[in-house]
Amino acid sequence: MVGPGQAVLSDAVAESVAVHGYWTRSRKAGLVYLLAGVFAAVVFGLATPAHETARFTLSVRSNGAGIDLPARVFAVAFGVVCVLVGAGMLGGYLKRRFGASTAVAVTAFVLSFLCWQIAGHFLPLVGLAQQTLYLAVPLILGSLAGVLGERSGVINVAIEGQLLTGAFCGALFGSIFASAWVGLVAAALGGGLIGAILAVLAIRYLVDQVVLGVVLNVFAMGVTGYLYDRFMQPNSAAYNTPPIFGQLKIPLLADIPVIGPVLFQNTIITYLAIVLVVIVTLALNKTRWGLRTRAVGEHPTAADTLGIRVRLVRYRNVIIGGLIAGVGGAALTIGSVGQFGKDMSAGRGFIALAALIFGRWSPTGALAGALLFGFADALQSYLTSMNSVIPSQFLTMLPYIATILAVAGLVGKVRAPSADGKPYVKS
Amino acid sequence: MRCRPPSRQRRGGTLKLELRGITKRFGDLVANDRIDLTVEPGEIHALLGENGAGKSTLMNVLYGLLDPDEGEIVVDDVPRKFASPRDAINAGIGMVHQHFMLVPVFTVAENVMLGAERTSAFGWLDRRRARRDVAAVSEEYRLRVDPDELVANLPVGIQQRVEIIKALVREADLLILDEPTAVLTPQEIDDLLTVMRSLKAAGKSIVFITHKLKEVKAIADRITVVRRGRVVGTAEPSASEDELAALMVGRNVKLTVDKEPATPGDPVLRVDGLSVADDRGHRAVDAIDLTVHRGEILGVAGVEGNGQTELVEAIMGLRPAIGGAVELDGRPVLSSARHVAASTAAVLASGVGYVPADRGHDGLVADFSVGENLVLDRYRSAPFGRGLSLKPTAIRDSARELIDEFDIRTSSQATPAGTLSGGNQQKVVVAREMSRPLSLLVAAQPTRGVDVGSTEFIHARIVAERDNGAGVLLVSSELDEILGLADRIAVMYRGKVLAVVAPDTPRERIGLLMAGVTEETAGDGSAAEDGDE
Repeated sequence: MVGPGQAVLSDAVAESVAVHGYWTRSRKAGLVYLLAGVFAAVVFGLATPAHETARFTLSVRSNGAGIDLPARVFAVAFGVVCVLVGAGMLGGYLKRRFGASTAVAVTAFVLSFLCWQIAGHFLPLVGLAQQTLYLAVPLILGSLAGVLGERSGVINVAIEGQLLTGAFCGALFGSIFASAWVGLVAAALGGGLIGAILAVLAIRYLVDQVVLGVVLNVFAMGVTGYLYDRFMQPNSAAYNTPPIFGQLKIPLLADIPVIGPVLFQNTIITYLAIVLVVIVTLALNKTRWGLRTRAVGEHPTAADTLGIRVRLVRYRNVIIGGLIAGVGGAALTIGSVGQFGKDMSAGRGFIALAALIFGRWSPTGALAGALLFGFADALQSYLTSMNSVIPSQFLTMLPYIATILAVAGLVGKVRAPSADGKPYVKS
Repeated sequence: MRCRPPSRQRRGGTLKLELRGITKRFGDLVANDRIDLTVEPGEIHALLGENGAGKSTLMNVLYGLLDPDEGEIVVDDVPRKFASPRDAINAGIGMVHQHFMLVPVFTVAENVMLGAERTSAFGWLDRRRARRDVAAVSEEYRLRVDPDELVANLPVGIQQRVEIIKALVREADLLILDEPTAVLTPQEIDDLLTVMRSLKAAGKSIVFITHKLKEVKAIADRITVVRRGRVVGTAEPSASEDELAALMVGRNVKLTVDKEPATPGDPVLRVDGLSVADDRGHRAVDAIDLTVHRGEILGVAGVEGNGQTELVEAIMGLRPAIGGAVELDGRPVLSSARHVAASTAAVLASGVGYVPADRGHDGLVADFSVGENLVLDRYRSAPFGRGLSLKPTAIRDSARELIDEFDIRTSSQATPAGTLSGGNQQKVVVAREMSRPLSLLVAAQPTRGVDVGSTEFIHARIVAERDNGAGVLLVSSELDEILGLADRIAVMYRGKVLAVVAPDTPRERIGLLMAGVTEETAGDGSAAEDGDE
C-alpha cells in the first residue's frame, strides 16, 4: 500500500512551534513564572522581618520535629527558584517538561509566600495535610460523579445539588434512625435521586444539560433550604443531630510517622473516596464496563451499531455518579460536624467540576485537582486562624482563585469526551 | 446488560440473503418501495443508485438500524426479524458504514472488541485475546494492521480495513460496504477491490453500495439498480457505463462535459507561499503557491483532509493564515501572517463567487426561504435593500427568475431551503453565487450529494463562467470531476501542492500524486513509508 492520503498526526511540539511561532505555551507560562518569582522574591522578601524564622513542623502542633528556616532568606530563595524555572522555560530549555516545571514553580511560589506568612509562627505540615485530605473528600467524590457522567457523554453540573441533597439526607435520616450508616445510605440515595432526575431529563427528554444542571442545583437548594427552615431547624434535636463517623485508625499503618496520621486515621467516607478513585480508574481502563462507557462518550453511534445500548449505559453511569456524589455530601454532615446547615455545600460542587476539568476527565487527575483545591482551602483556614496580615476576606477567596488559575491557566487546551453533553438520538 | 460474546445462531461460513418486498416510509416519503434483492453466497452484489435513491435506507433496514414497514428479510431460507444491529450481527451480517463507526481515541484492538468483549471475572477485559483475534483475521484475509495503534493515527484506507476486521471477527458471512470508495485514493481503491476479491474467494458475500460506475464494472458479479426507492432493473457487469447511467438516472445522460479549450487571460488569483493552520492548530496548508487565470479552471485534486478546506477558507478570508499572501486581481486579501486584510464581504464584493463544500453548514440557511437564500450575499444594497429595510418584491422577482434559469425544483420561492433535495439545494447556492458578475469562482465539492442531472447542469454552468472570462478554482475529491472540468490540475497532499499537471495526464499518475508519490520519491522506497502492505 502506497503512502495513504490523509494527514497523520505529527509531532505536536514541532507543530505548535510552527504554528505559534516564538510564543509557545511553555514560553508564555515561563514569563508568568518569572514575573511571579520576581514579585515573590521582592515583595514577600521585603515584607518578611529579617530576624524571624519560619517553622515547619512535622506534627499537628508547634512542638515536635520541625524545620526552622530563616524566613526572609528563604522567602527570597524560593522566589529565585521560581524565577529560574520561569527563565528556563522562557529560554526554551524546559519545553518538554511543562508539567514538572509548572509544579516546581508553583510550589516555590507558594513556599515563598508561606515563609513570609509564618515568619515568627509555625506551620504544622501534618495538620495541614490532614486538613487538606479532609476538605478534599467532598470534592473527590463530587468530581468522580462528574467523571462517570461525562465519560459516558452526560454533563453533570448538578454535582453541587447532589452534594447538598446528600448532606441533607445524611443528617436527616441519620438523626431519625440514630445511625450514621443509615445516614450514609440515605445520603447516597439522595444524591442518586438528583442523578436520576438529571438522567431522565437529559437522556430521555433531551433537555440542555448545562441549564438542567443549574436548575437542579437551585431545586436542591430550595427544597433542602425549605425543609431545613420549616422542620429541621425547629426540631433540631430530632432531625439534625445525626451520629457521626469517628476516626477509624488502621492498626499499625496509623503509627507510621507523618504518613500514618494523614492517610490512615480518617473517617470511613475518606477511605471510601480513595478506594473509589482506584476502582473507577481500573474499571474505566480495564473492564468491559469502562470500554463501553468511553465508547458511548466518544462515539455513541459506533457503540449503537455494535449493539451497545447507549442510553442504558448513560442512565447507569449518571445514577451511579449521583450515588457517589451523595456520599460526598454525607462527608459534610455525618462525616464531619454532625449538623446540616443551609446551603452548606457552598460551591464545592462547582469546585469539584473544576477539579474534573483540571484532571482532564480522569479519576486520578480529579483526585489531584481535588487535593489542590483542598489544600488552598486548608491553608486559608489556617492562615485566618493565626491572624494573618492579609484580610480574611481575601484569604477566603484562596480556593476559588486557585480554581480559576488552575483551570484557566495551567490546564491549557483540554479535550472533553467528544460526545459530552450531546444527547443520543437514533436517526 | 447483554454482554456475552456474540453467540452465533447459525454456522457454515456462507450466507444467502433475500430481501422480499421491503418498504420503508418516512412520513410521506417512500424511501424504499417493495424492494426485492437476492444475494447468493460468495457473490459481490452491487447496489447502484444515486444519492437519495434509498440504498442506505435499505441497508439500515437490513442491519437492524431501521424497522421496515413491510416486507421480510430471509437469511438462508429462514425469515428473520432484526430489532437491533446485534440481531443482524448474530445472523452473520456485518456492515462497513460510509462514515466509519470507529472510536478515534481507541486502539484498533479496542475498536474491534467493543460490544463483543471477551472478559474474565468482574468484566475484566482480555486484551491479549482481542489482539490475537485481530491478528488471526488480518492474517487469514491479508488485512495487515497494528492492533495497538490508535485509530486516530491511521489513514482512512486502514481505518476501513479495521471496519472490515470488526465484521469478520464477529464471523460475518455477508458484508455490506456502504460507499466504501468515497474517501479513498485510487490506489487505496485498488487495494480495497483486492480485499473484496479475497473475501469472495473465502465464500463471503458482499453488498457493494455505490454510485460509481467504473468500480461496479470492475468488481461486481451482479448489479441491482435502484432509483427513487424502487428496483428499476438488474444488470450484468458487462453492461456499458452509459447503459448503467441511463438505468440509474432514468434517462440518457452525458457522462462527459463538453467544453472548448481554455483561453487563459491575466492572473486573477495569486496564492503565494500560503500556510494555514487547521482548527487543532496544526499546519494544514504548507507554503502553497497557486495562480488562477481568467478563463481557466484550475482543479485541485486530492483526498479530503489534505488541506483543501483550509486553503479555500483562507482565500475567502474566512480563516487567518500563518504565513504567505493571497492576491485577488492584484489587491491583497491576505497580506502578512495572521492578518486578514479583507473581510469575506469585501472578497465577495470584489467579484468572487463561493460554493462551499458543506452547503448545509456554510452555504444555506435551512430555515430561510429559497428566495431569501438567493440574496444572502446582496440583501444590503439595491435592488434588494435600502437603508434598514428589505425590498421583498425585488427579492421575490429575482428569486423567480433564478429558480427558472437554474431549474431549481421547488414548490415556490417561499419554501424553506432545507426541505429541498440535495441537488436543488446546491442549485440554490450555485444560482446565488453566479447571479452576479464574477471574476473568480471558488467551488468546493460543487456536486457532492447531487444527482446526476443536477451535476450535469452545475458542470455546464461552471464551464460557462469560465467562458465568460472568470477564473475558476475547483476543489473536488472526485477525480472524475476534476479530469472532466479542469484545464490544469494541482494535486494536494498533506498541505502541499505536489504538482500542477495537464488534464490529459494518466489517471494512475494523478492517483499516485494523491497518495503522496512524486516522481522523485517513487524510486527511493518512500512508498513503503507507511508499511501497510
